[in-house]
Amino acid sequence: MKVLVTVKRVPDPETTIRVKSDGSGIETDNIKYVINPFDEIALEEALRIKEKLGAGEVVLVSIGDSVVTEQLRTGLAMGADRAILVGCDQDLDSLAVARILAKIVEDEGPQLVLMGKQAIDDDANQAGQMLAALLGWPQATFASEVVLSDDQQAVKVTREVDGGLETIGFALPGIITSDLRLNEPRYASLPGIMKARKKEIKEVAAADLDADMSPRLTINSLEPPTQKEAGKKVETVEELIGLLHDEAKVI
Amino acid sequence: MLTAPTRFFTEDHEIFREQVRNFVTKEVHPHIDQWEEEALFPKSLYQRMGELGFLGIRHPVEYGGSAGDIWMTLVFCEELCRCRALGLPTSVLVHTDMSSTHIARNGTAEQKEKYLRPMITGEAVCAIGVTEPSGGSDVASIRTTAVKDGDSYVINGAKIFITNSVHADVFCVAAKTDKDAQARGISMFIVERDTPGFSLAKKLDKMGCHSSDTGELVFEDVRVPRHNLLGEEGKGFYYIMQNFQDERLIAASMAVSAAQQALEDTLRYTRERQTFGKRVFDHQVISHRLADMATELEAARQLTYYAADVLASGRDCSTEVSMAKLYGCNVANKVAYECVQMHGGYGYMKEFAVERFYRDIRQTTIAGGSAEIMKEIIVKRGLDRDL
Ligand SMILES: Cc1cc2nc3c(=O)[nH]c(=O)nc-3n(C[C@H](O)[C@H](O)[C@H](O)COP(=O)(O)OP(=O)(O)OC[C@H]3O[C@@H](n4cnc5c(N)ncnc54)[C@H](O)[C@@H]3O)c2cc1C
Ligand SMILES: Cc1cc2nc3c(=O)[nH]c(=O)nc-3n(C[C@H](O)[C@H](O)[C@H](O)COP(=O)(O)OP(=O)(O)OC[C@H]3O[C@@H](n4cnc5c(N)ncnc54)[C@H](O)[C@@H]3O)c2cc1C
Repeated sequence: MKVLVTVKRVPDPETTIRVKSDGSGIETDNIKYVINPFDEIALEEALRIKEKLGAGEVVLVSIGDSVVTEQLRTGLAMGADRAILVGCDQDLDSLAVARILAKIVEDEGPQLVLMGKQAIDDDANQAGQMLAALLGWPQATFASEVVLSDDQQAVKVTREVDGGLETIGFALPGIITSDLRLNEPRYASLPGIMKARKKEIKEVAAADLDADMSPRLTINSLEPPTQKEAGKKVETVEELIGLLHDEAKVI
Repeated sequence: MLTAPTRFFTEDHEIFREQVRNFVTKEVHPHIDQWEEEALFPKSLYQRMGELGFLGIRHPVEYGGSAGDIWMTLVFCEELCRCRALGLPTSVLVHTDMSSTHIARNGTAEQKEKYLRPMITGEAVCAIGVTEPSGGSDVASIRTTAVKDGDSYVINGAKIFITNSVHADVFCVAAKTDKDAQARGISMFIVERDTPGFSLAKKLDKMGCHSSDTGELVFEDVRVPRHNLLGEEGKGFYYIMQNFQDERLIAASMAVSAAQQALEDTLRYTRERQTFGKRVFDHQVISHRLADMATELEAARQLTYYAADVLASGRDCSTEVSMAKLYGCNVANKVAYECVQMHGGYGYMKEFAVERFYRDIRQTTIAGGSAEIMKEIIVKRGLDRDL
């Protein structure tokens, strides 16, 4: 079974993000980049499926300039078999990303596409859904459990929905996007890192894919969240009510 | 804040750094206070590190290692030492780079199969026994003896300050096969823990590095088979000196990396704490001292990189490595003093990581070759020769 996993390069969630003074983007100096944590979970699931079946192929795909090889190399070190780098140096909105991915899916013909439910940088949460629509494939988003049928023709996916769990099933091929609790991704072992060096990263130019990449969306401005003031401790309920009334003006 | 040393570290090194950092953040740091308290960490951690390939970084691929380079080892060391304690890193690095290296370098194929392979998976833990109650700096004067008797050697003597004394399954032990000779009389042996006559006399109570198990070993008519001799008879001193280069380079890197963490903790603290209406950091007398610390630490780090580069080239690196250990450990001790100072009363309290760092770092100018011995080497091998 061939599983395609998408990998996006995003700022490390541990780094402090600073918005540029003109609001046009974020300061990128001194930022460390990692694989989007939800993509890492998707990759872990793909590796577990392959390990369980004892056969198959896990293929990574990332869109971006050459620096994303670092994230692809990390994914290969975790255990993916090969990777595709779609070279592109323009900013893409979710629809353009989905259109490029659709071309890659047509070319690769995977039975399953595993993606993160969202990327932690722009939190768009739509590439997976758009890709499913473009391909006309079934989709299960926010997966917290994935069970492949014995004949490998279908999956059952448990989703975390408001107030509980929902289990849905569909026949492959299809698309699954991962939620946080799907699994705990492994580290790349050192032998894995050494082996990754010899694995293929195929480069294709986005421009050659005949996908419509024209932007439908522009980012007008970014603003940092307002700074929260330090809290204070109060002695009595009366004091609290007084402050809520006079200072916070909420009652 | 660690400046990016791109010249020596490739993408693979950085990917590995990320893995070790995650491991330390998730699997070491949350437990380190408890392990320091208990003065031991669970032996199962070795197996976990074995799975991740951390214990065979430079060891040969045939025995499960990764045949990586010295930079891979330095990445491991730098990140491990960010766990805000030096005990655990000392134990682990003694296993990987100060003891099992004797077997990797001078062991026979059978010895490597039997001992090195489980050391790489983490099933077996290794220790190195050189220092004796009568002295550690003067290695040539050790008193433990190994007398040939038929197909075996019989070892008698004692070893002290031996890291991994509790956890180790296998000890690489220096003993005199010719007790009338000095350096040329020393040979190295592999001694398994359960050999009759071998015992752990005492687990030692140290100033710092509590999570590392340090002990005193006694050998009473310990009979080891002849094939447990490491390399050739009489070459032990040479092997020890050879091993010292790795050991001391890593000791320098440990000191610098732990000091970097302490410096960063202190920057965070002084930028938050207010005195006299401004941040402690904003008193110029403080910020200038921080600038000095950062500068000296960077110089020390670059000196370890330089020494590593010489080591990697295969040239004699004893002068450069000794300089790196001398300078790095001295700077780290100075940084420790300042970090505690800048934390005020809190720096003296156990809840603050700098208090532990202050105790842990102290041994670095003593263990694995003291600052004085480093100077002796720099004088003899570096200065007193043709210019
Ligand atoms: C935490 C820790 C872990 C250790 N782990 C191990 C281990 O795993 N295996 C092992 O074999 N050993 C280990 N050691 C021992 C360590 O290597 C020795 O402590 C070190 O070599 C110094 O030897 P010594 O303690 O006998 O001091 P001594 O040799 O007695 O030296 C005492 C003092 O005299 C100075 N001095 C000695 N000779 C000279 C000279 N010629 N000129 C000027 N000054 C001199 C020394 O620098 C030192 O300041 C460990 C030590 C510590 C503290
Ligand atoms: C063992 C111990 C016992 C103690 N016992 C008592 C006690 O019995 N009673 C009591 O009241 N207190 C006691 N203390 C508290 C002690 O007096 C304070 O720790 C000390 O005054 C420093 O204050 P601080 O810890 O708040 O550090 P801070 O005032 O926060 O100072 C932090 C750092 O900033 C430096 N700094 C601060 N201001 C300036 C400046 N203007 N310019 C340059 N540098 C500056 C300080 O020198 C220090 O290095 C004790 C402390 C200890 C460690």
